[in-house]
Amino acid sequence: MARKSGKSAIGRRSSKSRARRTLVMVATRKGAWLYHGDAARKIWRADGPHFLGHKVSHLVLDPRDGKTLLAAAKTGHLGPTILRATDLGKSWKEAARPPAFAKAADGKEGRSVDHTFWLTPGRAQDRDVWYAGTSPQGLFRSADGGVTWEPFSIINDDPQFREWMGTVQDGTPDGPKLHSIMVDPRDGRHFYIAMSGGGVHESTDGGRNWKTLIKGMDVVEGFGFDPAKPTFHDPHCVRLSPTSPDRLYQQNHCGIYRLDRPSDTWVRIGKSMPKQVGDIGFPMVVHPRDADTAWVFPMDGTQVWPRTSPDGKPAAYVTRNGGKSWQRLDAGLPRSQAWWTVKRQCMVADACDPVALYVGNSGGELWMGRDEGKRWSCIAQHLPEIYAVETAQL
Amino acid sequence: MKVLIPSALRSYTERGETEATGATLAAALDDLERQYPGIRFRMIDEQDRIRRHIRIFVNGEQARDLVQPLDATDEVIIVQALSGG
Repeated sequence: MARKSGKSAIGRRSSKSRARRTLVMVATRKGAWLYHGDAARKIWRADGPHFLGHKVSHLVLDPRDGKTLLAAAKTGHLGPTILRATDLGKSWKEAARPPAFAKAADGKEGRSVDHTFWLTPGRAQDRDVWYAGTSPQGLFRSADGGVTWEPFSIINDDPQFREWMGTVQDGTPDGPKLHSIMVDPRDGRHFYIAMSGGGVHESTDGGRNWKTLIKGMDVVEGFGFDPAKPTFHDPHCVRLSPTSPDRLYQQNHCGIYRLDRPSDTWVRIGKSMPKQVGDIGFPMVVHPRDADTAWVFPMDGTQVWPRTSPDGKPAAYVTRNGGKSWQRLDAGLPRSQAWWTVKRQCMVADACDPVALYVGNSGGELWMGRDEGKRWSCIAQHLPEIYAVETAQL
Repeated sequence: MKVLIPSALRSYTERGETEATGATLAAALDDLERQYPGIRFRMIDEQDRIRRHIRIFVNGEQARDLVQPLDATDEVIIVQALSGG
């Protein structure tokens, strides 16, 4: 039974009384794991592997019922599907109709979904509604809790969007991705999406029309790329503040940004990061109750773009003033020779008080940053390459 | 006709062998989909292309497309073909 809808997280100053047990969901290249924390978040019970061998791009709990899990999965052999459990992962079933593009007309080259990359549950009052972003880039919706999916909005077949999406050569190494699907908690017809590559876009009418939001975003220098063209923009991760939905943060291929609506111009707040670290990375995390606080996990974006922790020294950085200044958070993390890669879905915050951060790296380690990232400790090692981390309060 | 199911798809069929009907491979796969919703898309993409790491054999001969005619006495074998880590 779905919980009665409230007014989302807006205006909630503390979740201390609500927070019970923390669940950390880990999606990897070879299956999924659930980590159940005790009330103090000190002891973690591993539950997994789930569907060992599946490539799991995202694993998300439905916040409306607290027990339905959706996993975007595929195996090396088979096409993609959405795996669904309604009992916190005790039993899984494949979607009857996973996200799929429309069949092309005779003689036309049609696209096929390689994998679903991103899952976003609908608002509290939109029970059973989910959204999915795929690779190649497509946007899909389910109205039955993830059992069947349909193309959503005009994006998938719109010639202009298709031009901005480019081809397989224009995206990330395992394919261009539509991601960061965000629904305004105040208005279910108001969406933001991001495309790697292809920019950030907004719809205020349920997906019929879209406005491009790329002003202020930089593009890779030295090649003459036109910053007015969405094709050249690669937002890695965009997040909306739960308490101030008119504030967005973005970790981009070319820096860290903030956007305060109704302005349509991003401000590069990464310029205040230490020069030797830079402002390149993948994930972006916003505090669940404070719109001025956000975290990033920088990656090396110099020369050939190793996309590893700068100088082999992993660290999160936090801003507590909307990006005017940043502080390094590395207590407990390896001091040297730690060449982590942290992907865009691999850092999240829980809703407890105080907040803890969770980071998964490509070496299969899951870390927790207690007290808003001030003290780090390792929860799990020796997992497959981690693709995504999510949290929920049970 | 008899259809042999690879291990990767037995989460749908719960067994290694099943039956399907249809005058073509496309029709037989539609029948499998009717019996086991979602199974077809794991083998055949939305443009009706056999997926890269799936092979389908009819009486020991590899099927290249879905228009291949079938007879009720044929044996269809679905194989998962993958290399690398």
